[in-house]
Formats: sequence, C-alpha cells, structure tokens
Amino acid sequence: MNTNQIHKAMMVLALSTSFAAVAADSAVTDSDRIEQYREMISDGNPAEFDEMRGEELWKKAAGPNKVSLEQCDLGKGAGVVKGAYSELPKYFKDTKKVQDLESRLLTCMTTLQGFTEDEITAKPFASSKKPSDISSLATYVVGQSKGIKMAVSTKHPKVKESYEIGKRIFNYRAGPYDFACSTCHATSGVRIRMQDLPNMRSSKKDAQIAYTGWPAYRVSQGLTRSFQWRLNDCFRQQRFPEPKFASEATIALTTFLAVNANGAEYVGPGLKR
Amino acid sequence: MGNPMKIRATAKDGVTEVKILMQHEMETGLRKEADGTLVPAWFITEVKAQYQGRTVLDGQFGQSISKNPYLLFRFKGGAVGEKIAVSWVDNKGDSRTDEATIAA
Repeated sequence: MNTNQIHKAMMVLALSTSFAAVAADSAVTDSDRIEQYREMISDGNPAEFDEMRGEELWKKAAGPNKVSLEQCDLGKGAGVVKGAYSELPKYFKDTKKVQDLESRLLTCMTTLQGFTEDEITAKPFASSKKPSDISSLATYVVGQSKGIKMAVSTKHPKVKESYEIGKRIFNYRAGPYDFACSTCHATSGVRIRMQDLPNMRSSKKDAQIAYTGWPAYRVSQGLTRSFQWRLNDCFRQQRFPEPKFASEATIALTTFLAVNANGAEYVGPGLKR
Repeated sequence: MGNPMKIRATAKDGVTEVKILMQHEMETGLRKEADGTLVPAWFITEVKAQYQGRTVLDGQFGQSISKNPYLLFRFKGGAVGEKIAVSWVDNKGDSRTDEATIAA
C-alpha cells in the first residue's frame, strides 16, 4: 500500500470534514462525514477510466484467436452486457457451473480468445505497476448494470447449493485468528477504525449497500478493485490461505452475498476510501 | 500524450459549472520502491481552461494533489452547445487537451 496516497486521501477527508462541521450540528457522526466526502467526489469517480479501458478491451480483437469478446455470453445471450451483472452469479449450461462475472469472463477469454487460464489467473488483480485486463473488463460490465435492480435467481438447484455453501463459508471460523466473515459482518452498529461495518447476516439493507458498492475505486490505492479482489483480501485479512482466483469457494460466497442484495439497485462501480 | 480527461460542463442561469477528472499518476518524487530507489516525481504543473479563446481558469498544480485529480469550477457566461477546452502540462513536459460541449 502506498502511504503517500493514503496521506493525501486523508488530507482531502480532513478538509471536507472540517467544512462540513461548520454547517452541521453536533449530531453529525463520522460516518455521515465520510458519506459527505463520498458524495463530493462521487461524480468524479476515477473508476470511469477503468470502465473506458474495459470497454476498449471488450471490443478489441485479442488473444491467439484474434477475436473480441463481443460474442461472450454473460447469461443474457451472446454479447449482451446491459444488465448482465445484476443477474450474476448464475448457472451456465456450457460450463455446467455456477459462475460469477469474473469466472465467466475467464471462460470467454479462454474459449473465445484462446488465452490459457494460467496466463490470466497468474496475476488477475491490478497493481500500481500494471493494470489487469480481466479486472477492467469486469469494471466495464458492472457499469452497464448501473441503476438496474439486483435479481439473482436461486431457482436452479446448483445456484441454491452454491448459496448454501457460501452461507457456510461466511460463518466458518478458522485460521490462526479463529476468524470468519461473520466475526465482523454479523453485528449491527460496529465499526473498524472509521468505517461502519455492514451487518450482512441479518440486515437486508446493510447487505444491499455492501454488495452494490463493489467493484470500487480505492482512493488509498489509486486502483479500481474487482469483487474477486475484495473477497481475496477479506480472506487475507482473516489470515486464511489465499483462495484461487474464480474458485468455487469465492463464487459460492459471491452467490450468498449477491442473493442477499436482491432487490437493491446496483449503483457501482463505487468509490471507497 | 497523456490519457484522456473526463469533462462535464453544464450552464445554468448564466453560470457554467465545469467538472474535470484527469488521469495522472501524480507521483510526488518522495516515494520509494521496495528496493529503496526513489520513484521520480511526475505530476501536473499547470491546468488551463479556455472558453472561446478566453482563459477562464489558470491554475498551478503540485505534488500535494492526489492521483487522478478531480477539479470543479464555475465561471460566469458560457452558453449551451458551446465548447470548453481544458489542458494540462506536467513536469515531464507531457500535455493533454480535451474538449467538451456545454450541456443544459
């Protein structure tokens, strides 16, 4: 992580909060101020640059087969991007698997474009040195579901099964810290540092806000982060072994979180501290 | 040649509001790599906005501005359908100019 960028982000935060404090009464909490800060910079979200990059990559012929991804089926038919993210994860007949957005993109990049899976999964996340194609593609696709309500169906038994596995992973305590996702995300009104922690077990609203804000641009990292990255980092913070990119476990957890967010309007790509 | 900016401009009651999102690393020159070598400074030094050949904003940027800077300003005048041009120059001599049409 880049300390310098954090300092700068903090400074912007400090400035914006002090302005807010003058106008507001004492009932304004820190999280209200963070919300104000988010609003101030929300129409200048640098995630848009990643969306632009992703759109170009989507349309560009690439890989050994020299084809674009415009024939990629994200669940709503070949090439349909609009609203696709609001219905993922979903069961796909061709792969006989429940897939989230990133694993589906991986399928398209390997089957259509001819990349090998290892080429993509070796470094699936962006860094300050090198952007990630699959991550940018994901940012573009999610942007096309903006304003659309989350509607992940659990009608298919495989999706239902994935949801149940995800629920178990969410509550599964392990690792050197005896940690689970639910250790931090199953109580209302708690926070870590300045961030309110969403209660994703029993608050529908919290679960919706948390899910629909990702993928997001992280101001402190200067990068747009995908949902697979979010989960990967959650596991790292819990001191779990690093999950394989687009593995069944991450997809199951995504299914659990996505289904819980059903009914909420997708608002991403978001913006985080 | 830098990366494109995102510019949105809206005119209302004789005032034009311009929102600019620039794509730039904005390296301070104080940060070090893991091996201890200094990351060279690389940041925008000047930002200029022009409307019909008239400079409506002329600013100096420095290291304290964050990566991918966002800038909002307003100026008197400006009509819907007219163009606003924004350009920046960085300390490596690179520059970028983008245009946007003022919307209602």
